Amino acid sequence: MEVPRHWRLKQQRYALVGEVCPHCEGKIFPPRDVCPHCGGEAKTPYTFSGKGTVYSYTIMHDAPAGYDENVPYTVALVKLEEGPMVTAQLTDLDEQGVQIGMPVEMVTRRIRQDGDERGLLVYGYKFRPMIAGAR
Amino acid sequence: MRDVFITGIGQVPVGEHWEVSLRSLAARAMLAALHQAEGLRPQALFVGNLLAPVLSHQANLAALLIDNAGLDGIEGHLVEAGEASGAAALHSAFLAIASGWVESALVVGVEKVTDYIGSGVELALAETEDADYETAQGLTLSGLAGLVMQRYLHEYGVERQALGVFPTLMHANAVHNPNAMFRKAIRREAYAKAEMISDPVNLFDMAPYADGAAAVLLSSRAAIPAGFAQPLVRISGSALVTDRLALHDRADPLAFDAARLSVERACRMAGILPGEVNLFELSDTFSIYAALSLEAAGFAPTGRAAQLAEQGEFALNGRMPINTLGGMKARGNPIGAAGVYQVLEAVLQLRGQAGANQIAHAQRALVQMLAGPASTAVTHVLERVS
Repeated sequence: MEVPRHWRLKQQRYALVGEVCPHCEGKIFPPRDVCPHCGGEAKTPYTFSGKGTVYSYTIMHDAPAGYDENVPYTVALVKLEEGPMVTAQLTDLDEQGVQIGMPVEMVTRRIRQDGDERGLLVYGYKFRPMIAGAR
Repeated sequence: MRDVFITGIGQVPVGEHWEVSLRSLAARAMLAALHQAEGLRPQALFVGNLLAPVLSHQANLAALLIDNAGLDGIEGHLVEAGEASGAAALHSAFLAIASGWVESALVVGVEKVTDYIGSGVELALAETEDADYETAQGLTLSGLAGLVMQRYLHEYGVERQALGVFPTLMHANAVHNPNAMFRKAIRREAYAKAEMISDPVNLFDMAPYADGAAAVLLSSRAAIPAGFAQPLVRISGSALVTDRLALHDRADPLAFDAARLSVERACRMAGILPGEVNLFELSDTFSIYAALSLEAAGFAPTGRAAQLAEQGEFALNGRMPINTLGGMKARGNPIGAAGVYQVLEAVLQLRGQAGANQIAHAQRALVQMLAGPASTAVTHVLERVS
C-alpha cells in the first residue's frame, strides 16, 4: 500500500465519509465523480452513521499477501442504513458467527501489514456485531 | 460491416510449463494457428493478457510477441479486461476485420502464472477488483465468488452441495480433451469433502490457474483463397458489455446484467435467439458463475441452474451442452488466454473436430467469458458455414 494513496483515502477509511448528491439527495459510498442515481456531478461530503446489516459474507481461508495475520477472516457486503453497500471485514465475532441480516456497526481496526521492509500498517473500517442497546 | 471468418486455430495444453517462457508459449499457439491458414498472413495482432506486467515484469507485449514470432512490422495491440482479456482481444480483432481496417488479424491469449509462487498471484488477480474499496479489504476473486454464492444460496434456498454438479460435469467433459489440465472424472463425495477456500467456495468450486496460450486467425471473405481446406466458421455476433466494477455498487449482485445483455446483443447481431445454438461455452471460473451465466442467458430460471444440471440438461447429450471440452475447471484457467481457448473449442465442435466429445450436427455455438462476477462480459456467436 502506497502512503499517498492511503493518506488520500483517510476520510473514507477512518470516518466513512461519502457524498450526498446535491441534485437528487442520493447517498453515495464509496464517493464517485458522477451520482449513480441521477447522473449529476457528485461532490458534497456526507458522513455515514456506520450502521447497517450483513447482505452476504465469505470466510477467507486463503489470504493474499499482506493479509495473512488474521486468517481465517470474514469479509462481508454490509448494507448501510442510508442505502449504499460497502465491502468490509467483520471483526469481534463470537461463537454465534455471522448470519445474513445481522445488524453491524463500523469500528476502526488494522486492515493490513506490509511486512518488515517499510513496516506500513494500514488502518481502516471494519464492522462488528451491533452491541445490544447501543441504539 | 463485413463478414468475419475463423481461418486458423492453435493452442498449447493448459498446465504448468516450467520450461517454456511467456513469449514461447504465445509463439507456439500463434504459429500453430498460422500453419493451419494456408499462407494467410495477419496485418495486425491482438493480444489478450492480464498478468505479464506484474508476474513476468513484461509490458509492451504486442511488440514482443510480434517480434518473437517473426511477424516483423505488423500492427499490434494489447487488450486487458481482467479474466475476459482474451475474449475482449477477439472482439477488437473482429471489429478490425468487420470495419475493413485489415484483411486478416491474429488473436493470441497468453498467460504465464508459474514464474511466480505463493499468494502474490492471488493479489495480482485481485487487482482486477476495485483496488481502493474491495482489494484493500483483503478480498480476492475467490472471496468475491464466496460473497455471490452465499447470497445465492440464501436467496433461492439452494443447498451448498448442489453446485457440485458443475465441477463434476466439467471433469467428465475434460477426460477426452488432450489439451486439458485435469483429464480425470471426480466424484461428488470428493466435492463434499473438499477444503474451503472462501467459504462457501471450496477447492473444487474454483478453476485452477495455469499457464496457457491459444490463438485464432480471423479473415475477411475476400482474403480466403478458393478451395480453402478447413471448414469455415463465421463470427456472426460479437458483444462486449461492462457492469459496475465493484459488487457492492450493483443494485442486485446476483443479476449479472452484463452477461445477460451481451448474450442479447450478440444474438441480435446474429439474428438468432439464444436457444437456437447447439452448445454454450461459458465462464465457470467458479461454480456459482456457471449457474448465474446459465440463468442470465435464459437457459435456466433464476435459482434453478444446478437443479437442471442435475437432470442432465447441460451434459454432452443434454438440451444445451456446456463446456464440452472441460471448461475452466478441468481444462484449466489460463486467465487472459481463457476466452480464446473457449472460442477455439467451439470452433473444433463446429468443424466436427472435437473427437469423442463431438456434439452431433453442431451448427452454432454461443461463447461467453466473464471478468470476475461479470464486471465485463464478452459474448460471441459462431456459425458453421455450410
